Amino acid sequence: MSEQLESGAPTFLDKFPDEAAVVRAALWSSFIALALGAVFGLIQALHRTNVLRLIDSTDYYTVLTAHGVLMVISFTIFFLVGLFTWATVRSLDREVVDIRYTWTWYGLMVAGTLMAVVAILGGFVPSLNISADVLYTFYAPMQAHPLFYGGLAIFLIGTWLAGADWFRTWWAWKADNPDERIPLQTFMVLTTMMMWYVASIGITIAVVGFLLPWSLGIFDQINPLLTRTLFWFWGHPVVYFWLMPAYLLWYTVLPTVAGGRLFSDPLGRVVFVLFLLLSTPVGIHHQYVDPGIAEGFKTIAMTNTMFLLLPSFLTAFTVVASVEHGARQRGGTGLFGWLRALPWRDPAFTGMMLAGLMFAAGGFSGMINAGMNINYLIHNTLWVPGHFHLTVGTAVALTLMAATYWLWPQLTNRRLYSRPIGLAQVVIWFVGMGLMSNAMHVMGLFGVPRRTAEPQYEGFEFVTSFGSITELRLQLAIGGTLLFISTMLFVINIALTSGSPKLSGLGEPLSEPLSTADDSPEILDNLKLWFGIAFVLVILAYALPLASIISRGGILGPGVDPVPMIVEPVVATIEPTLGRLAAAAGSVVA
Amino acid sequence: MNIHNYEKLWLVLSMVLIIGFISTVVYGATAVGIEMVNDEGGTIDSTALEEDERFSEPRVEKVGENEYAAYVVARQFIFEPDPIEVPANSTVTFYVTSPDVIHGFEVVGTNANGMVVPGEITELTVEVNEPKEYGILCNEYCGGGHHTMEGKLIVVPEDEFELGGQSDE
Repeated sequence: MSEQLESGAPTFLDKFPDEAAVVRAALWSSFIALALGAVFGLIQALHRTNVLRLIDSTDYYTVLTAHGVLMVISFTIFFLVGLFTWATVRSLDREVVDIRYTWTWYGLMVAGTLMAVVAILGGFVPSLNISADVLYTFYAPMQAHPLFYGGLAIFLIGTWLAGADWFRTWWAWKADNPDERIPLQTFMVLTTMMMWYVASIGITIAVVGFLLPWSLGIFDQINPLLTRTLFWFWGHPVVYFWLMPAYLLWYTVLPTVAGGRLFSDPLGRVVFVLFLLLSTPVGIHHQYVDPGIAEGFKTIAMTNTMFLLLPSFLTAFTVVASVEHGARQRGGTGLFGWLRALPWRDPAFTGMMLAGLMFAAGGFSGMINAGMNINYLIHNTLWVPGHFHLTVGTAVALTLMAATYWLWPQLTNRRLYSRPIGLAQVVIWFVGMGLMSNAMHVMGLFGVPRRTAEPQYEGFEFVTSFGSITELRLQLAIGGTLLFISTMLFVINIALTSGSPKLSGLGEPLSEPLSTADDSPEILDNLKLWFGIAFVLVILAYALPLASIISRGGILGPGVDPVPMIVEPVVATIEPTLGRLAAAAGSVVA
Repeated sequence: MNIHNYEKLWLVLSMVLIIGFISTVVYGATAVGIEMVNDEGGTIDSTALEEDERFSEPRVEKVGENEYAAYVVARQFIFEPDPIEVPANSTVTFYVTSPDVIHGFEVVGTNANGMVVPGEITELTVEVNEPKEYGILCNEYCGGGHHTMEGKLIVVPEDEFELGGQSDE
């Protein structure tokens, strides 16, 4: 080791080399999905705005399926399992029970992803007869190749085993430390996983109970409202599964990066318990305008959803208070003057702060979605992707990327290849998303639909009350291009870090909270209690709606045949794509 | 448990805001009278729409004084009937169903918006005012031709409206 640096503290890699290898592998899986997803995202942004159409519009839906699945399943969840392994092992300060088991769940997740991705990308190869152009939501009776559902099931099993790994590690720790409070990071990991287990009930029944056997031809009819409702049973809590890694980083890493300490450990625990309790009994808010579900059930979901705002409000307070504390430690003064004392040149800090800022905007656009009757105006319009590109697409994605700039040296003993490029990357993301998401929200208000290759219609024009559709399309396309550039800068920066020299002493220990766990009641750590309540709440929210759907349409549906999405990409893709590329190149040259 | 005074204040304000949000929705549902699409449309065998007298021939019917029912089939990749013609200043209830996959039914530029699920009938009541032409589009992905799925709602002056007018053209 060449030089002694930084705090001189050992890194995670120094202390836990085996676990660091798993975390790096999981993060790389995540970044590969991110890079691929970004390529597809760029194609979509240019295609639907009619700026540049490289593919046939039928293939747009293959691209869209791949973008959705790669971004919100592979990118986010692979990052989560890497981060949670790091957080559990770091905060308990002990190895996992059996590293071979850890590699097993990672392997299952990779295998599941590959199966699903093969099924999706098969949509580009007509001769293969494998396809899954069903989008991320795979609503029956659209039918994908069994490989798609099977891959999803195996991926899910991998995540459950991962959760079990962290529980096992905690149990082993608890046996040695019977009187200690659960360390905050481990507490966050375990409560998030309990939420995930509750949420998984819905998707497991949908995929393993219905869609997989149905796609294999074991039965030929299905109740689409039932599988759709089961999807959203899982489909809302999954957004908190994406978000909780970002929250964990805001609570436990951001204060250190800002030079301060977490304001309150007990409030952090309260927030995660609230998410465990409230994340699942809200999924019906995705079905406000569905037939077959009574208004009363929708109203209950609406009310629960609004209360789900509370933990995020609490988080906003705690995070800002912690950052302010950091700024004052660094010599900041004044009512707002302390903002100047923050480490804005650090991409990890700036990225996480910008992500938090955009989350506030996303939270309020989410309140429009959640407002049951206001939702009529924007349901399934471009407003909705505008919203979730602020939340999962920025609050989560940008936080994960920014935190990687801090975390990666801890896992590799190498300094980041370039901090200035990192800083530019997070700012470009912020600007790009500002443009793209703004354009999407505004177009949504004018009725432009989401999930549509060519939202340009023959019989009518969209009427704008301000701005023009042409200008908004351009804004969307420019924003999407900036996001693509930002993603590439991120992945390249991390890849080039492999070439940096190995150093020792790069470890950056996390600071202790100002108010520690000792200030909080013991009952907060009673995980069985919270799991039990979460389970009961879900039964209360879902038993009656599901019973009603089944009694209306029957468990296998009121007579609905499968519609395989083995689409024949109307024209062979390669030739027209080359033609369009040539034409595009020609027009640019001219 | 120690909770800072500022944090307590913040907690109270957050709760006020949340209750405010819920109140706006409740106000819309009660005072303004915005009903949600619900379970009252009933179910249907989506493989046999032609045997159902409402959907075998999608159409507009007069069901009361200034009240009309529009039976609409959303299928890959059209809406039937197209256009849907209704008289100005009337109340129209759309009954929409699908023989194939899930579709969306959105009257562009209005808040008439609902999901169409095979096996279910989506019931959506709207008030139409002065004569105007609206676009209708499918806002849920329904297959390779999804982006071509559109229709028209034409609100005609009351004195020019005749039932079945659209099929005579």
